[in-house]
Amino acid sequence: MIANLGYGSLVITFLLSLYGVFAAVYGARRNAPAWVDSARNAMLLTFPLLTLSALSIIYLLVNGNYEVEYVASVTSNSMPMYLKVTALWGGQAGSLVFWTWLMAAFASAVTLRKWDRDREFLPWVIVVALITLAFFLLMIIFFENPFERIWRLPFGQPVKAMFPPAGAELLIQPDGRGLNPLLRHPGMIIHPPMLYLGFVSFVIPYAFAIAALVTGRTDDRWIRLTRRWTLVAWLFLSLGLVLGGRWAYDVLGWGGYWGWDPVEIAAFMPWLTGTAFLHSVMIQEKRGMLKHWNMVLVILTYDLVIFGTFLTRSGVLSSVHAFAQSAIGPLFFVFIGLTLIASVALLLYRWSELKAEAEMTSLFSREALFLLNNLLFLGILVVCFWGVIFPLISELVTGQKVTVGPPFYERATGPQFAALLLLMGVAPLAAWRHSTAKTLGRAIWRPALFSLLVLAAVIVSGVTNWAALLGFWLSAFVASVTLYEFWRGALARHRTSGESLPLALWRLMGRNRRRYGGYIIHLGVVLMAIGVIGIELFQTETQGTIAQGERLTLGRFAIQFDELANFDTPDGRNVARAVVSVYKDGEKVRELYPRRDYYYESQQPMTIPGVRSTWEDDFYVLLVDWQPVSASGATFKVYHNPLVNWLWLGSIIFILGTMVAAWPDKDPETEARMVRRTLVAARA
Amino acid sequence: MKKFLLIGLLTCLLAGLSTGLALAQDPQPGLPSDDQVNAIAKQLYCPVCENIPLDVCGTQACAQWRELIREKLSQGWSEAQIKQYFVDQYGDRVLATPPARGLNWLVYVVPPLAILLGAFMLYRAFRAWKQPALPLAESNSSLQSPADEYVRRLEEELRNR
Repeated sequence: MIANLGYGSLVITFLLSLYGVFAAVYGARRNAPAWVDSARNAMLLTFPLLTLSALSIIYLLVNGNYEVEYVASVTSNSMPMYLKVTALWGGQAGSLVFWTWLMAAFASAVTLRKWDRDREFLPWVIVVALITLAFFLLMIIFFENPFERIWRLPFGQPVKAMFPPAGAELLIQPDGRGLNPLLRHPGMIIHPPMLYLGFVSFVIPYAFAIAALVTGRTDDRWIRLTRRWTLVAWLFLSLGLVLGGRWAYDVLGWGGYWGWDPVEIAAFMPWLTGTAFLHSVMIQEKRGMLKHWNMVLVILTYDLVIFGTFLTRSGVLSSVHAFAQSAIGPLFFVFIGLTLIASVALLLYRWSELKAEAEMTSLFSREALFLLNNLLFLGILVVCFWGVIFPLISELVTGQKVTVGPPFYERATGPQFAALLLLMGVAPLAAWRHSTAKTLGRAIWRPALFSLLVLAAVIVSGVTNWAALLGFWLSAFVASVTLYEFWRGALARHRTSGESLPLALWRLMGRNRRRYGGYIIHLGVVLMAIGVIGIELFQTETQGTIAQGERLTLGRFAIQFDELANFDTPDGRNVARAVVSVYKDGEKVRELYPRRDYYYESQQPMTIPGVRSTWEDDFYVLLVDWQPVSASGATFKVYHNPLVNWLWLGSIIFILGTMVAAWPDKDPETEARMVRRTLVAARA
Repeated sequence: MKKFLLIGLLTCLLAGLSTGLALAQDPQPGLPSDDQVNAIAKQLYCPVCENIPLDVCGTQACAQWRELIREKLSQGWSEAQIKQYFVDQYGDRVLATPPARGLNWLVYVVPPLAILLGAFMLYRAFRAWKQPALPLAESNSSLQSPADEYVRRLEEELRNR
């Protein structure tokens, strides 16, 4: 019953989306406002309908309706309530519904907010949003239906179908297979929604860009309208990536946070083009240049979002066979191809109207440096995309699969990340339009000198790895440039206005939050870079089997195996939990409890590390194996991860900076409207 | 590579005169240490577990592979020999990066070429854009003191946003 309700509302939403696309196009072309209004109503209706679908899934999940295949595949009786609810995005079918629900919510919010202001854009924004929605609903209804049930036939195997085949009865199962234990982690519960929010909100700037191309309003209006959306999308995407990294560090048990897995890269790619876009739109806003390029970036971001959504859950890119066998793989590619061709065709159609209003005048100007930044972000994108795609190409051509693993990505992107850091230090000091080597040099020498002092201190402290020295120097350089910018601005304001320095700083930031939010983000990146250098270049590890009371040494640290307990828990796990004492320089500093959880229902083990965290380093202990008689010995793997916590601190500052930048300004147009209204009211 | 060797060396030193050095000197070698095994396993990927290096993979199959590495090590095989053994058995996909031959060259050549092409296009665009000079604007701004110039610029940047 509930399954039929949910499915029915999916089908209605799909039909409604198709109608909305038609009505919007017809209304906009024929200049018929009634049709456009009708399209808008269709758009607004998708949200409650999809809410109904999502709620139906949640009801089935919570209620333990295991006759529904999706419910059986992601929940079980022993799972706590919050996990049953969040299992909505625990599998492919459910997470696609969740995706469309978010999409409908965001698109509805846009149509509600901007309706009276941007009449000419909105029909086309609705068209783009509804086409995207319709495509995803098509995938869900025909290929990834979360409401499909399992039926028992009088003869033969049980079958999976939405509606009962002739003579079939529902196969009621007593329990489900449960959520993949790796996903039963707070990080994994918030991480997918964040990523999806980021994905979905990037559709909005794309929709406005397309609307600008269709209507021929190719000035920077669309950019101003979607500036905050882009920042919000970017915020969620960044948050999703960071949470994913933290989850990997806490749960996957390999002492790292990023493994250059295709799934991770899939989420990283739209972030790369999105970041390039965030920088290059500023050139269009300030100088009226690069209009074509910004369109290209927003189109790329949209298609990478679709690509990413599809890649993160389907796993079909793991081999040519998986791709050919999956129904949704080829369809996704067709959709990506069609949207790409249509968008590029539109862009070419409007090409001559997107002429730059100004010219680049200096190689040291901020816009020139921003272009270099774009080149690097796109360079990293090429590496990522090629690395993800190449195994498939190889398999297609030679029949042999290859692995493109972390060493490839690290070597290919490392220098580019370093160059980006350097730019991050130089560009904020360069002026728009014309900067010369001389003016730039005048601004740069103080922070540069300071960073060299830091470098000297690092060398004195005994670091000899050249890559680390370069990285630390660049970090010091960017940090000092950024802080210097805050200082110079606040000082200038303090001198001219007579405000106290802290007040001057506060007001300065308030005047252009995007600029100073951006600088805070840069500071966050510096801290993250320090953490990355620490763990990538200085991580050490050892593994060994030790008997009770014995010690395993790693550098200045040692662990002593104290005891091990093995027990079952009520939620269906078998837990092996070791107690180890951590010694640093021979002194006991901490007790840790690395453990191995074995989930009976899904027959999957999970390794939870015991970690001692300080600002200096993490000491990370994994229980790898143990003897049946636990006293006789256990195998531990220990990692020493220097500076890794700066990565997490940097991430938090990064996110805070993005929030500062995205925080709503007082909108001059709304204010003007308010004033008008008050005037009218006063007259009346 | 260097990093792994370094870690390997370091752990050998840390382990003191235990298995690592004993292997080199003792005519009756003990079993190689986990660290020696992991140093090699780190660079290999089993065909089943996508994108998980062998040293951290928790499956039974991977555990068996690690034992195989240990066995080979104790028989005196070198790191290169062991890696080659796995390549012969399971194909190039066990390596973390494709060996640079045949079609695989593309994996290393395409990204730098694309980036160079981008850089070249950017360079062409810069050359086309860059006007000979703006002597007037330059001399104007250099008349002001650097501090005034900065305040003026800051004001301008804060204003048009």
